[in-house]
Formats: sequence, structure tokens, C-alpha cells
Amino acid sequence: MPNIVEIPAVWLQSAACTGCAVSLLNSLAPDVAGIVLRELVPGKHVSLRFQANVMAGQGAQVMRVLQDEAAKEAGRYVLIMEGSLFAGGDAYGMMGEADGAERPIYRTAAELARNSMAVICAGTCAAFGGIPSAKPNPTGAISMGELLRRENIKVPVVNIPGCPPHADWIVGTLAALAMYGLDAVAAGLDELQRPAMFFGKLIHETCPRRADFDAGRFAKRFGQTGCLYELGCKGPVTYADCPTRMWNSGTNWCIGAGSPCHGCVEPDFPDRLSPLYRKIDEKSLARFGLLTEAGPGKPTA
Amino acid sequence: MDGTQPPVRDARGKTITIDPVTRIEGHMKVEAVVDGGEVKEARCSGTMFRGFEKILEGRHPLDAVRLTQRVCGVCPVIHATASAMCLDEALGVSGKIPPNGRLVRNLVLASNFLQSHILHFFALAALDYVDVAAAADYTGGDSDLKAVKSFIARKELSPFFPRYEGGYRFDKQTNLEMVKGYVKALRVRRVCHEMLSIFGGKMPHNVDIVPGGVTSAVTADKIAIFLGKLQEVREFIEDAYLPAVLAVAKAYADYFQIGPGCRRFLTYGGFNADDESGDPLKRRRLLPQGVVDNRGNLGAVDAAKISEEVSHSRYTEACAGHPSQGDTIPAPDKEGAYSWLKAPRYDGAPAEVGPLARVMAAYASGGAMKADIDAAARLAGAGAAALPSVLGRHLARIVEARWVADAMVRWLGELTPGAPAAAEISIPKEGTGAGLVDGPRGALGHWITIADGKIARYQLVVPTTWNASPQDGAGVPGPIEQALVGTKVKDQENPFEIVRVIRSFDPCLACSVHVLSAGRDVKGVYRIV
Repeated sequence: MPNIVEIPAVWLQSAACTGCAVSLLNSLAPDVAGIVLRELVPGKHVSLRFQANVMAGQGAQVMRVLQDEAAKEAGRYVLIMEGSLFAGGDAYGMMGEADGAERPIYRTAAELARNSMAVICAGTCAAFGGIPSAKPNPTGAISMGELLRRENIKVPVVNIPGCPPHADWIVGTLAALAMYGLDAVAAGLDELQRPAMFFGKLIHETCPRRADFDAGRFAKRFGQTGCLYELGCKGPVTYADCPTRMWNSGTNWCIGAGSPCHGCVEPDFPDRLSPLYRKIDEKSLARFGLLTEAGPGKPTA
Repeated sequence: MDGTQPPVRDARGKTITIDPVTRIEGHMKVEAVVDGGEVKEARCSGTMFRGFEKILEGRHPLDAVRLTQRVCGVCPVIHATASAMCLDEALGVSGKIPPNGRLVRNLVLASNFLQSHILHFFALAALDYVDVAAAADYTGGDSDLKAVKSFIARKELSPFFPRYEGGYRFDKQTNLEMVKGYVKALRVRRVCHEMLSIFGGKMPHNVDIVPGGVTSAVTADKIAIFLGKLQEVREFIEDAYLPAVLAVAKAYADYFQIGPGCRRFLTYGGFNADDESGDPLKRRRLLPQGVVDNRGNLGAVDAAKISEEVSHSRYTEACAGHPSQGDTIPAPDKEGAYSWLKAPRYDGAPAEVGPLARVMAAYASGGAMKADIDAAARLAGAGAAALPSVLGRHLARIVEARWVADAMVRWLGELTPGAPAAAEISIPKEGTGAGLVDGPRGALGHWITIADGKIARYQLVVPTTWNASPQDGAGVPGPIEQALVGTKVKDQENPFEIVRVIRSFDPCLACSVHVLSAGRDVKGVYRIV
């Protein structure tokens, strides 16, 4: 049997909807069985030690898995965080018991992060706070990065935002980590800790309806052809490779279904991108050089 | 009363605590008092709270569809559907949705029904019955089983171990077939989401469903691609899913007698057969709506009879009542309260929701579905009387998956390429609406009040809140609690029976959230939601 290096991973969920985990299940190649069972890249296998939606065990026996990981694999495992963290009161999110008392997920996340090799924030909630942290933020939800700052935990963080994130973004990041190591991954991050290989371009730059925008052909209501800018498309202010990567095995994507982009990968999602179906403030176009003197989509004379 | 005390009255028995319950959606804890080898009392609690309903207040009404679907990444489609339906009513467009809009909504929702049922049986429930270790000395040529074998040989056994031990009954060959099905199911459920995204844009969190219809265009190529994927899914349902359910029914036949629950069922029905106008509970739907009593009699659903009880929930009494007027003011120290879940009741009593409820309603309504159910029950070696049970719930899902898949082929044929799929909409200053429809896990209600063009009030009553509800004022436990009571537990260190009962309901705890009013410091007392 060839010698395969194991990269342990722990997938923890806090203020989450499980959508990020379901998105990972939608991975085409490798498919999710391949991710669990086989090498991800030649000679390297990601060993998913804890993932509550799929793991066989339960209760105290899986809480022991978490304790063992933090103790015995310190510095070796990757913590994949799904969901934002409850900073407004421990008891908003509890999971399992330790020493006979219910265990706040916030504390479990902090402890696992402290002993990890790196933290991967899967999804907008873990990366930036997301919907749980939207006004009035009833639970004091924060991003994982904010937890690390507050708890003074110094570990490398990779943000893979998206509501949900594309499976390729998660798998691709793990593959880069397995093949080239943490330093190489860190070198490829932008100022929001996102891998530039997935989040380097505006949706608007590669959108197939860009020609409609430039020519001033706008859909005015649902179901019409043309650029969806007037219906609130956030593509001009959103960084992701959705137009070229497409979703669900390359089947479609939001704008392909006639829906405006909602900017779900952005730190501003949802509050500063709301109302989702209202045209963006045209001043924000100027930041990206998309505003002509005559206005968006109006060719200058 | 301290909110963190275990809710156990019977001091004689041993309490089995399972926290977290895995292979469900969301965070759940179950405590069962076992005495003389039998569950005497059970309490379920969700252990996470996000506060969606509060986050919705003051926002633009259209945003409700996109935000509420994010209550649940497993069932975003049904939340989008119920939200769009309550907005259809509030915006006055219920009767104006074009046929393409109705059919695409059905097809997108149906795709997720199939995805959800396949995922639930194989990825969530099957590991309670199947011994993956059977693949350790596999000698055949199946590539998936060979991959499992070499995985086990490397001794990296997560996520399949640790696990409960001692309760696996299949022979070697059946175990291997089930493991093959498990791996294939992971692929087929992905195909369901590919199918969904043809019209839905992406999944999870599809973007097509909006008040008035859908945003996506209907074209012939999409219909053909959809049908191609659907045929693959249907083949899996017939050739792998049905045989797998029957194999469990054969080896674990005693589970037709375990976990009957409250034997009272509620469904709002699902998949509109004609336009969307009129009372949502009187529309003609593929899956009929109804209330089924403990003698199997079917009654019409009256939305006015839906109420939320708070006698044993940590809310003020003012929070009780019809959800359209519901509020959520916490009362952490309330005498006798033990849960942060409200207790939805229909006509004053608990009701089970989900696939079994829909199958019970369809059975009681007669027609072609009745014969299908009888045939499936016969294949499984039981009569229809045994449906209220752990196995009955699994059987209900496969029966329903076949009906829905067949209907999808018909709906594809009814689409009109190029015709509109959305009605024109405008947001009124004031308005109210209710969206009542069944998702994969059961009856879902969204209620909206619009004031000054914004969301003034939004309430959700979701399937798992019905099923995992606490006791009501009369001391009657919720459906899952009732299903656990009386269950015999052979080995308290490996309480297979308890988790099999719980998972037969396919709980989704992330959904069962209610919001708490702002301005009160209740730090440190939440156990649920």
C-alpha cells in the first residue's frame, strides 16, 4: 500500500444552516465519497475526523473525538468552521457536554482554533458574520476572524465566503494546502483573507450579460432579458468567479436563472447590500470604473 | 427554575443523554429516562438559536424570500416557496401566477424532495442499520467498495467510527449492497441539485422563486436536460432506494411496532395542481392536505385551528395563540417551563408532520395513492395499520419519492417554452399573507405583515417545531417525545433504539428557531429555541 499522508480536518458548525456542508456534498470531482475515501491530491488524504451531519457516532463519543483531536493532533489539523460565532451569550449555541456541563460552541471553537494548523472559514457567516450578524444581531454573532482577535489566538485564517461557498472553492483550497503548504496558500490571499484564485475578479467583469449593461439594455422586471442591474444586481460590486465556474457541476448560476446577484460572498451581505432587489448606489460603480459620465450603461457621446 | 437543569422528573430511572444527536440538521439534544429497560420519559431540545424573525423586521418584503430560505441549507426551497406564497397573497398576485411559474416552482421543490429523501435514508439514517466494516475483506470488483476497503485498511476510520456497536443485523452481502447504495446515493443526490439548478440557478439557496412566479425562462433544452437527469434519479429510486428500504424492513421488522408517536397527523399538502388563487388549504395539490385522527379519519385543515402553546415553553403567556399574531417574549424563569421550543398544536392537540403524515392523508383520501401505499406496505411485509412507526416513516418517504418523481415527468410535459413565468408585482403599503405548504419534513407556515411598505411582523412555524415540541398545558408531550416513550432499550451504552426513533422523523433543528425580543438580558439561559 502506498504511503499516504493524512491531513486531519475537523468541521465544526455554529450559527449555521448546514448549507455550506450541503454545498460541499455537491462537489463534482472529486465527489464527496472521493473526498472522504480517497487521496485528494497525489499522496495526500484529508481525514474528516468530525462532521456532525455525516459521522456515525454521537453524543459523548463524538465529543471525545474533538477532545482527542485538540490534544493529540495539536498543530496538525485544519479547523473548518461553518457559521458565525455567538458572542452575545454562550448559551445561544451549545453542543455536547464536557465535565458534566453543557459546552458552548464558542468555547469549543476557540479551543479547537488555538490548537489547529489553520482555520478555514467556510461560508459568509464564518468569514464575515453573515445573516446571523445582520441587524439587529439578536445573538451578538461575529465572524471566526473576530473571535480569534478577541481571544488573542494567532493562527492563519483562510476565508472562503459565499452563501453557500462553491464546493470547488473549499476543495481547491484544501488541495492547495495539501500540495503546496500553508505559506503558499497564505501568499495567495487578498486583504480579506480570500484566495485570489477564486475571488480575484468582479462578477461584472466576466458576466455574460455585460454587453447588455454596456449597451444600456436592462431588464425592468423578472423574466425579461437584458442586464439585471435595474433589478438590484450586485455583480458590479461582488468578487467571485461564478460566471465562469458556474454552479452545481457547471449547470447554471444565479444570473443564468434570471436572478440578480445578491453579493452573497461579500462582507456587506446582507445588510449593506439590502434591499437585495434595489439598484445599487451608482456612486459605488465609480470605485470600479464602471460609471460613465452619461450614467451606467449609457455610452458617452 | 434554572434553565440548565436536566428536565427529568422521574428520579428512579437512568437518564440517557445524547448530545449532540448527529446525522440530523442543526443542533439537538435528547434526554431519555430509562427504567426497567424502557423509556419512561423523553425530552428533546434544540441547542442553537439565531433569531431570524427579528432580523427580518423592518426589511424590504422581497428580501424575506432570500433571507428565510437561509434558515435551512437542506430545505431552502420550501422556505422560499412558503415565503413567496405568503407574499403572493400580501401582494395580491396569488391568482395571477402563470402556469410556467407554478410548474417551475413545483419542479424545483420536487427536485429537493427527492434530494432530501435520498440524503435522509442513506447518508443520515442508514448508518444506524448498516455495518460499513463489512467492506474490510471485500474481494469483488466494485470500485466504490474497493475504495471503502482500502480506506478501512489505512485505519483512518472517520467519519464511520466511533459508532454504536452491537446492533447491526444484516448479513454480509446485504451490508455490502447497502454500502454501495450509500456511496451511490451521495452522487444521485448531487444530480437532484443539478436538476434543481437548471431553473433554480444554484443550490443550496436557489434564487429563482420570487413572489409572482419564478425568474427563470422556460426553454426546450432545459426541459430535455432536466428530464435526462430525472430519469437517472428515478432509476436509482427504483433500483437502489426501494430495495434498500425493503431490506431494512425485512431485517428490522420489529421497527414496524416501535415509535408510533401521537397517531394524529397534519399536512398542508404540496405541489399545486392548478393556479395559486384562493384559500391555500383548499387548493388542488398533488399531495392532499388534511388532518388524520387516531382512527384514520381525514378532516379538512382549518388554518384558524393552528396555535402555539407556551405552557412548558420559556415564553410569556402573551406569546400563545395563532402564529399570524404570535410574539416571542422570553420568560426564562417561568414555573414548569423546560424548553425554548414553542408547542404548535392543531385544534388543541399535538400532530405529527412529514412524509408519514402526507401518506396517512393520501391513504385516508382514497384514490390511486391508497393502492400504492398498500402495495408498498405489503412488499415490506406489513399492513397499512403498521405505518405509524419507525419503518413506516421510511416507507412513507420512498412511496412519496416515487409519486413525486412520476409527477415531475408530467409537469415537464405541461411547460410552455417561451411563455411568461412571473406576474408583474408591486409592493403594497399594507398587507398580510400566509404561506402554508409542506416541505420534505412536513407542514411549513410563513406569516407576513407588511406595514409602511416594510416587513412589520414575520412568523414561521416549521415542521420540526411540530415534531420536537415540548409538552402542552394539558401535559401532553410532543410527537417525538411520545414516540420515544415505551421504546425498549437493550443496551444503554449503545441506545440504537432511541436514535432510530429520532432519525425516523428526519429532524431539522436549525429550522425550528423562534426569535426573542430585544432589550432583555437573558444571557446564559438559552437551551434552545
